[in-house]
Amino acid sequence: MAEAIKVPTMAEYMAEGKKPEVLFWVGCMGSFDDRAKKVTKAFVKLLSKAKVDFAVLGTEESCTGDPAKRSGNEFLFQMQAAANIEVLNGYEIKKIVTACPHCFNTIKNEYPELGGNYEVMHHTQFLKALMEEGKLKVQGGKFKGKRITFHDPCYLGRANNEYEAPRDLLRKLEVELVEMKKCKSKGMCCGAGGGQMFKEPEKGNKDVNIERTEQALETKPDVVAAGCPFCNTMMTDGVKGKNQEDNVEVKDVAEMIAEAEDL
Amino acid sequence: MQLIAQLLFIAALLFGIGFFARNVKRLIRNIKLGKDIDRTDNPKARFGNMARVALGQSKMVRRPIAGIMHIFVYVGFVIINIEVLEIIIDGIFGTHRIFSFLGAGYDFLIGAFEILALLVLLGVIVFWTRRNISKIKRFWANEMKGWPKDDANYILYFEMVLMALFLLMNASDYQLQLLGAEHYAAANGQITGAFPVSQFLLPLIDGLSVSTLIIVERAAWWLHILGILFFLNYLYYSKHLHILLAFPNTYYAKLKPKGEMDNLAAVKKEVDLMMDPNADPFAAPEENGEEEEPEKFGASDVQDLNWVQLLNAYTCTECGRCTSECPANITGKKLSPRKIMMDTRDRVEEVGENINKNGEYKEDGKQLLGDYITQEELWACTTCNACVEACPIGIDPLSIILDMRRYLMMEQSAAPNELNIAMTNIENNGAPWPYNQMDRLKWAEENN
Repeated sequence: MAEAIKVPTMAEYMAEGKKPEVLFWVGCMGSFDDRAKKVTKAFVKLLSKAKVDFAVLGTEESCTGDPAKRSGNEFLFQMQAAANIEVLNGYEIKKIVTACPHCFNTIKNEYPELGGNYEVMHHTQFLKALMEEGKLKVQGGKFKGKRITFHDPCYLGRANNEYEAPRDLLRKLEVELVEMKKCKSKGMCCGAGGGQMFKEPEKGNKDVNIERTEQALETKPDVVAAGCPFCNTMMTDGVKGKNQEDNVEVKDVAEMIAEAEDL
Repeated sequence: MQLIAQLLFIAALLFGIGFFARNVKRLIRNIKLGKDIDRTDNPKARFGNMARVALGQSKMVRRPIAGIMHIFVYVGFVIINIEVLEIIIDGIFGTHRIFSFLGAGYDFLIGAFEILALLVLLGVIVFWTRRNISKIKRFWANEMKGWPKDDANYILYFEMVLMALFLLMNASDYQLQLLGAEHYAAANGQITGAFPVSQFLLPLIDGLSVSTLIIVERAAWWLHILGILFFLNYLYYSKHLHILLAFPNTYYAKLKPKGEMDNLAAVKKEVDLMMDPNADPFAAPEENGEEEEPEKFGASDVQDLNWVQLLNAYTCTECGRCTSECPANITGKKLSPRKIMMDTRDRVEEVGENINKNGEYKEDGKQLLGDYITQEELWACTTCNACVEACPIGIDPLSIILDMRRYLMMEQSAAPNELNIAMTNIENNGAPWPYNQMDRLKWAEENN
């Protein structure tokens, strides 16, 4: 499986005078974080498998500004937004898919007022659509019958009311889907949002990710399914913190589908 | 005697309503201290929201016990207040049960009021038990010490007394009718009203003379209506104000997706200017254009917040559902979204008092940031929206937290250091970590 995956860039498409059907917005974590890069690669494999005509921005992509905005640095956020919108509009992008709910929320909800209007989808929504169109097979495989609990990312769930797309995909994998007490609109944050990822937590009696991991472990899962690179990191750390890394995996929904297909 | 009672009643009524009107005026003035924000779009969705969330209590029942008990108290209170209309008319004109001409319908109404009164009593007793005996955690948080805790209990005691008086009034009225007392009993000997609950109180007043019964009935009647007038005026000083403000608050609540946070217009102006290749950075200010004071970014005091945020603060009933869902609070951090709302109300009240005294706001050397809400609280927020989702009446504590962070970040450069480093990285290389933007596609070349 060492073959390099072909990842076309927008610049290459442009040079050939073509436009892809969809832009894959990779995001900072998806580009640089070792754990999240695996999700990026899994998602690209699925896109290739489904013969989706896609491209990435590559070196022309830059942080959406989400952490800046939610830390209160509106100035930096709007600078990032303006620069990104210029690039996106320059390529006449119409449709964007991303595996990061933070990028998803920012581009979908906050860019339009600043001049960036695109159809934006979270990768679980996009994969679900591919599955429904019959372009992607999602079924059984190695996760069949396994106990899986899905941790709702705040910026996909509460922020944008998408609770079912990831769950629909997991059901197609024929897993035993178990819910945590706090799930869907009541789901608890992993602790990374609002800039927390980049700073030490304030004084308290526990870290948020440990609390959330304990809630996940209560369901006795084989896998904690995630849909966000931030959550993925926090939950992975949490599982390690509870010394459960040999028993419980933390995996993105896209990774699970790719693995089920043995990609 | 009768005439004096009528006059006294009219005086009490005018005083009670007049004082309430004065407080409502102050309330509106204080809310308008906030900045303008347009929330008049999409009235259909707004009415729908109000009908579902405020009128229909849809978010209350997410916690079933508290939710159902709350519906008893809410429905009871709203409907029993129809009876207050009759009480007021009887009071002014010295009549007895003026609506009794409705016949069987009247009996049904009075009967229904009595059953509701009993349910209100039940609800209020359960609430009191939850607060004081089962000591549910959210009612015993730090910010609930002193007045907030007392306030909550006073409301419950008050409702218990009002309902007890209502039932006692009906019981003695019933007994007087049974005894055929003048003014009470109908000419045809028929009983006016139905008393499915208060009939069980009859043994308590059995054997009392007609004149004593009249005193009991009148006393209960007077205390009940004076109590209501007092309660009406207690609202402004209490968390109980939510019974009125829940309606406008849900109407003006945010309709956009919860994840969407407003793009500051003042910042957009600056960014547009910076991105405009034709802008002349050395341009002199326009001839007769007045030197514009640069707009303040974010909020350090209540006047920097918008009026919906201040309305939110007055609407908060301190139930603490937000705080009990807050991941920071659950893990022992100081942040409590409820405290953010209580602090905002306390400060806007303080500013309002300042205006009452001085005619206009005089600098008092205090502000919301620092004197009420600390940086430590603000930086603990994960912006997860759990508090917004949990609020049964559409309050948005997160928007206040964000506006205060904006002030800290853009006016004071007072962010935690690690956060500043992440910001610098985004500025320099387009990612929160110190990776080169030119390496953004390296993952594609790596072995899989």
